[in-house]
Amino acid sequence: MAEISTESAQKFNIDTVENAAATPDVELPWAELGLKQNEYDDVVKVLGRRPTGAELAMYSVMWSEHCSYKSSKNHLRQFGEKVTEEMKKDMLVGIGENAGVTNLGDGWAVTFKIESHNSPSFVEPYQGAATGIGGIVRDIISMGARPVAVMDPLRFGAIDHPDTARVMHGAVAGIGGYGNSLGLPNIGGEMVFDPIYQGNPLVNALAVGVMRHEDIRLANASGLGNKVVLFGARTGGDGIGGASVLASESFDSTKPSKRPAVQVGDPFAEKVLIECCLELFKGSLVEGIQDLGAAGISCATSELASNGDGGMEVELTSVLLRDPTLTPGEILMSESQERMMAVVSPENVAAFEAVMDKWAVEYSWLGEVTGTGRLIIKWEGEVIVDVDPRTVAHDGPVYDRPYARPEWQDALQADTFTGSVQDAGRPATAEELKAAVLELMASPNMCSKDWITNQYDRYVGGNTAMAFPDDAGVIRVDEETGLGVALATDANGRYTFLDPYHGAQLALAEAYRNVATSGAIPMAVSDCLNFGSPEDPNVMWQLAEAIRGLSDACMELGIPVTGGNVSLYNQTGTTPIHPTPVVAVLGKFDDVARRTPSGWAEDGQAIYLLGTTAAELDGSEWANLRGHLGGAAPAVDLKRERELGEILINASRDGMIDSAHDLSEGGLAAALVESSLRNNTGARVALDEVAARDGVDIFTLLFSETQGRAIVSVPRSEEVRFNDMCTARHFPVSRIGVVDAAGGALDLQGLFSAPLDQLREAHEGTLTKHFG
Amino acid sequence: MTETPLIGSYPSGPAGAPLAGARIGVVTFPGTLDDRDAARAVRVSGATAVELWHADTELADVDAVIIPGGFSYGDYLRAGAISRFAPLMGKIVDAANSDAKLPVLGICNGFQILTEAHLLPGSMIKNDHLKFLCRDQVLRVENNTTAWTNAYAAGQDITVPLKNQDGQYIADEKTLDALEAEGLVTFRYMGGNPNGSRRDIAGISNAAGNVVGLMPHPEHAVETGYGPGHTGTDGLGFFASVLNTLLGGK
Repeated sequence: MAEISTESAQKFNIDTVENAAATPDVELPWAELGLKQNEYDDVVKVLGRRPTGAELAMYSVMWSEHCSYKSSKNHLRQFGEKVTEEMKKDMLVGIGENAGVTNLGDGWAVTFKIESHNSPSFVEPYQGAATGIGGIVRDIISMGARPVAVMDPLRFGAIDHPDTARVMHGAVAGIGGYGNSLGLPNIGGEMVFDPIYQGNPLVNALAVGVMRHEDIRLANASGLGNKVVLFGARTGGDGIGGASVLASESFDSTKPSKRPAVQVGDPFAEKVLIECCLELFKGSLVEGIQDLGAAGISCATSELASNGDGGMEVELTSVLLRDPTLTPGEILMSESQERMMAVVSPENVAAFEAVMDKWAVEYSWLGEVTGTGRLIIKWEGEVIVDVDPRTVAHDGPVYDRPYARPEWQDALQADTFTGSVQDAGRPATAEELKAAVLELMASPNMCSKDWITNQYDRYVGGNTAMAFPDDAGVIRVDEETGLGVALATDANGRYTFLDPYHGAQLALAEAYRNVATSGAIPMAVSDCLNFGSPEDPNVMWQLAEAIRGLSDACMELGIPVTGGNVSLYNQTGTTPIHPTPVVAVLGKFDDVARRTPSGWAEDGQAIYLLGTTAAELDGSEWANLRGHLGGAAPAVDLKRERELGEILINASRDGMIDSAHDLSEGGLAAALVESSLRNNTGARVALDEVAARDGVDIFTLLFSETQGRAIVSVPRSEEVRFNDMCTARHFPVSRIGVVDAAGGALDLQGLFSAPLDQLREAHEGTLTKHFG
Repeated sequence: MTETPLIGSYPSGPAGAPLAGARIGVVTFPGTLDDRDAARAVRVSGATAVELWHADTELADVDAVIIPGGFSYGDYLRAGAISRFAPLMGKIVDAANSDAKLPVLGICNGFQILTEAHLLPGSMIKNDHLKFLCRDQVLRVENNTTAWTNAYAAGQDITVPLKNQDGQYIADEKTLDALEAEGLVTFRYMGGNPNGSRRDIAGISNAAGNVVGLMPHPEHAVETGYGPGHTGTDGLGFFASVLNTLLGGK
């Protein structure tokens, strides 16, 4: 909190509980710390006196939007409520812990979570994005798991806006610089450019980890007399108040620069911390563990204590500092990275210290678990915090914020692309269609993302069975059996802007489809809900609708939400970002040997299109390219998604298909080009028959973004079996072409033939052109 | 559908049981990342992988040593500059220079450490394009007479992953000329120099041929399904080579 004056800092130094009780009328800078009047009044009511400076620091940061979910909590409940027993059967740990845990079988469990680091990544792209990775990875370690991969869904402003290059270079280098140094393969993500994100880029980070069932650890401080230890990096002045200040307010040009509030990462320290923690887990040396993320020691002490069975007493002067001038309040709020807090039983203290010494990790014993039910924090022996930890960690304010469907929503939905001004001159001739395909594949959102992904290590660990640009990232968990997981993240802000309820469902449907396309069985969901200000009733409506839609869809698809994160106040002035619920789906393979890649490989295999195509161009990449956004989002048909998923999973398991690629943004045109460029293997494709069957023209067939579709390549020997399976399930399927390795072109017969070199040049040049 | 699984279980070692007697050490420093991968590659090749810790003071009777990739000590100061002072490195340098000529392979950060330890000449600086680069890289085997390359054909092209930030090999002209003249350039980048390395050098060896360092990662191309293009296993030759050397084949 850069704005705190020296005077108030000194007030923190001397402000004991005793002093607070004796001086009830002292004015505290609660507004500067982001609390509202009613919230401050609540703190006073909870304590029965004014808070001390240190207590105020804790409440302000823990009751911030970022830590307390005060605006979204009432709606997020649906993720816990709309769950059947069947959906719970593989959930070992649900929402509320650092990350949810799902049973993989054979004694293995997997934990994954997606989080935002949006505001810090705009202020300081490199450090913001880097520490986003660091934070989510520590969440995974906190569960007792070894982190095994990361993914990064990104959304930046217009590709040609001068500030986009700053954010792009910084964020990508930060994700790479941090993630690569941890030895975690980056296996996928998303990259979307849209001017709506110009002042509010989205940098989300997902991490996945694996563990044996017996290694699952929870964040609680139990066992009277157990010791509380802080270990890892020293506590410094970086990121002080970051959680409450950055995540709770919108950027406003009149306020001073917030640069000092962004944390600075040290990936080497984190890598050592990972190995050190895994050794602690292996030796069963910790009773409870919690990472220090947003709200630092405030969060770790209050959460550990409130989840435990007693209380906790710690001496704050025992915290190892980088900067000895830090005040108690600053120490409590600091978001210095690469720190963990653990609860260790007295008999394990020596063994714990031996592990720390081996890895040369600094630690300090802060205090112990008590039986008082109170969280007591002392400063040189004097009590500066005396609170019920639940009131800090869990009983923060909850707002039922007013929400209202925007008045403009009807007009927006009525403004369809077909027949609009922007639709004038829709490509129709063979030549125009070819130019349209090339334009689409070179466009910022559909172009090759190699410029980004080549800056990430996808190999380290030796277990990466698939990575971007395949539909899902696939990681082997068990080297003996091939047991593994698939992960995909998806969101379409334009769809969700047109229709928040269905847009959120479409995000889930696509991630689900991507996982199934890879051959994995979808099992669990994590979501990162990126929205504007909840104090705007229209935004609040978008949020409420998106959560309702997503939770309904999870129920229908039978996969539970196991954790996630909400990022609000993503707006500049009064203009919010498109509502962007990024949905991650985790799937399971009994044997990753069966994973299905997206590229064609074998000459002569038949190409089939699964599903039917309707005229759904509203919100599409094509409409976006023509500068149009309006109309209805593509129809959601979750039953069909499920059927399609079953076909893709069965076909993979039974060896009926050699490649599969889902149809989503950019429609059939994008899928065909991507499948051919993946292994530089062309195809001959005939579309007339399927266009006639579906009653659409070729342009619509190529560019419509109807859901529930995929293309697969089938060996000749499997065609009968594959057709029979689709027929038995009454799922529409059509043979549209043949893989042609020698042709060197994507030949849309009767229309045009596009040499792969030409497609590649269009597809791969865009990011290099803009970012060097 | 091909009958063989796209990703198989481990291929069996090239010669079976006797190989398991070959003990190949893999060194872990704080910040090492590819140690488990190097150990897996050793196992896939049929030999026994032995974990070595940087602070160890003995080489644990290993027959060869791999210094794997990563960011030891965070690349702080300079890649490899701190690690070279590890107690175990002294032992490795002595053993490599001894009459026994302990085979030593440095991969990526391991190569950087070997140059810092003066087992190999030259140094690595930041890639000329200033970015981390991860891609499948074609290498030409320029010298197939070293302890780590004798299973390859001379002039053979292999594809293994490349992934680094500081991969640009530099040395003064005299050193480069000497490397070329003595045939110590072991690998050269093909299909475009990925980082500005002098004379497209991807890897070099010492004069005795027992110490080899390279920036690309052969240990990430040893299992079908997890290497370049999902099928590449071109890296296996490194491990087959050292087993040839140890078993007296070459």
